Amino acid sequence: MIIRNGQVVLRNSVEQADILVENGKIVKVARNIPANGDKEIDVKGKYIFPGLIDMHVHLREPGFERKEDIESGAKAAVKGGFTQICCMPNTNPVTDNKVVVSYIKNRAKEVNLCKIHPIGAITKGSKGEEMAAIAGMKKAGAVAISDDGVAVKNARLMRLAMEYAKGFDIKCLCHCEDKDLVDGGVVHEGLSSTIAGLKGIPRAAEDTIIAREICLAETLDAPVHICHVSTYSGVRMIRDAKRAGIKVTAETCPHYFSVTDEIIRGYDTNTKVNPPIREEVDKQAILQGLKDGTLDCIVTDHAPHHADDKNVEYDLAAFGISGIETSLGFAITYLYKAGVLTLNEIAEKMSYNPAQILGLEGGEIKEGGVADLTIADLDEEWVVDSSKFVSKGKNTPFNGYKLYGVVKYTIVDGEIKYEA
Amino acid sequence: MLKRKDLLGLIDASAEEIKEILDLAGEFKTRIKNGEKKIPHLSGKTATILFYENSTRTRTSFEEAAKYLGATTINIVAGNSSVAKGETLVDTGKTLDAQVNDFIIMRHPMGGAPYLLAKTVKASVLNAGDGMNEHPTQALLDMLTMREYFGSLKGLKVAILGDIKHSRVAKSNLFGLQKMGAEVYMYAPETLIPKGIDKLGAKLCKSRQEALEGADVVMGLRIQLERQQAGAFPSLGEYAANYGVDEKVLDYAKPNAIILHPGPVNRGVELTSGVIDHERSRIEDQVLSGVAVRMAALCLLNEARGGKTV
Repeated sequence: MIIRNGQVVLRNSVEQADILVENGKIVKVARNIPANGDKEIDVKGKYIFPGLIDMHVHLREPGFERKEDIESGAKAAVKGGFTQICCMPNTNPVTDNKVVVSYIKNRAKEVNLCKIHPIGAITKGSKGEEMAAIAGMKKAGAVAISDDGVAVKNARLMRLAMEYAKGFDIKCLCHCEDKDLVDGGVVHEGLSSTIAGLKGIPRAAEDTIIAREICLAETLDAPVHICHVSTYSGVRMIRDAKRAGIKVTAETCPHYFSVTDEIIRGYDTNTKVNPPIREEVDKQAILQGLKDGTLDCIVTDHAPHHADDKNVEYDLAAFGISGIETSLGFAITYLYKAGVLTLNEIAEKMSYNPAQILGLEGGEIKEGGVADLTIADLDEEWVVDSSKFVSKGKNTPFNGYKLYGVVKYTIVDGEIKYEA
Repeated sequence: MLKRKDLLGLIDASAEEIKEILDLAGEFKTRIKNGEKKIPHLSGKTATILFYENSTRTRTSFEEAAKYLGATTINIVAGNSSVAKGETLVDTGKTLDAQVNDFIIMRHPMGGAPYLLAKTVKASVLNAGDGMNEHPTQALLDMLTMREYFGSLKGLKVAILGDIKHSRVAKSNLFGLQKMGAEVYMYAPETLIPKGIDKLGAKLCKSRQEALEGADVVMGLRIQLERQQAGAFPSLGEYAANYGVDEKVLDYAKPNAIILHPGPVNRGVELTSGVIDHERSRIEDQVLSGVAVRMAALCLLNEARGGKTV
């Protein structure tokens, strides 16, 4: 296949070029590649990114197929421009052993859309009591470990898991949340929670565990990755830790860099997400953290839910936003068009860095590299309409938002898996 | 006439709307005092009283209000209904709507629940208290009681002391009183002050003296034992000693200051018996104001639905 006339987003520049793809690899990136009789697509005016990687999604299978399954999640992923996704282990049963890891890998092969990498649990059943079979899961194909949805409460157990995982070169992805400080809270604690009369979650609930994980990483000289950072104080601690040479990486999500907690005031349960959407000061710090490299990755924390899980009182509604089909649009609109990040930086946060952190193939467009590519029209405006989501989860608070950036092709291993 | 289907809170109520409710409530209060208990503006209407939380005062007050107006009332106590069998609020609302209810008066332990119900049903929803959010008719009855005593709410200094963080009464009063030109001062342990309440106009005080000095109204809020158990302060005794109002503390307020409390009162905790039973206590007057204000709210919402108030 030859992809003609695209604006190719390379590591440090954007060049107009053709891309020759053969046998799932990028063979050549150059102007005026001679025709070879293969299929050609002309993407003049469109941008070609290295295949986007979302290292934090929830696919709900096995166990919660009413919310999402591997097939619907993968369809949503390729529509969102993702060629690789990593799914969190809070399934039922919990992905805490090689059998469930293998099941997910097999389902992903059958579905055959994007690459799906399971993340194994840190502790058995994610109960925070004893370590899960980390080595076994790694051998079966798990790319990281996480008890996402909860933090490992016992610091000693977290220390041992981080230490043990180091020996297998597998990273801990830490969901940072002190449940005692959350104390039943459902939204960020501040003016908006007071106005709405909803129980607040203080920043400290997230920050204390971020601090603990950084301390453990330093003590053990082990790498740690902080999930879905939402607080300005968390950004500051991670920045300081990086400067001190501690092996910490971090991610954030579109809902933390684009909106503030004022959106909870109308009790739209689709705004309920964990950690909660916070204040302007946090949003600005997240933007700064993305800009200065403190925050390495943009992930969606795609958390699809059934309508029944959201059509209840705010306190009772499930946490989570279905975000995989809007992620690139948010990045283009709120980061690129807003002048916060360059396209190279967006490609870094949404492809290169996740690949580096988890040791995945791809992440950049280079000759000899895997032909995972995302082609998008960045000037096309569209309106978010969850009824058009292919994900089973229609739970977004962003219906009606106008975004730039429409995915035109998602190419995985040289094959077109999605075409608009 | 109110230009709204529901009365969910005072956050979005205008001064005109509040005045209209208080004016009509004042008339009703006089008529009730004169022994008139049949004012059948809501004859032929149905009001369902749906309480997901225990209450005596508010529930009976709404029921009286609806009955004085001639409406048929239906009481649903969540513990004895399909709610206990796991029915969702949305489904309960749809059922009540199918029974052609005109009004649903709901108390619910979760903030925002009446908004969900109001969105679901055609009936007018009256919020009888939702979690830590609002209790609009309580604030209206407080305002009626104050207005009747002072003639106007404008320029009044209202001091609110007690568990402000978990109090829907404090919040509805804060919204309502400021719209009517009064000032709201608050004093409580830092653990019982909600974040950002000062940005909503509340004047946070550092002492009882600062809160009460020059106050026209002293409002105590119930200190619940479970707050102490949750660790918000060390003991009821320590609370009373540092944050409670006794007659000595009351002396900081204006000589004609009145005392209010939404009830039920913990004698000797937020207010001493000497304050509760003080000659300037209007706590009992609040009860009749409550019935009158709820009658007014029902009538005005009925007008908004196309009904008539004679």
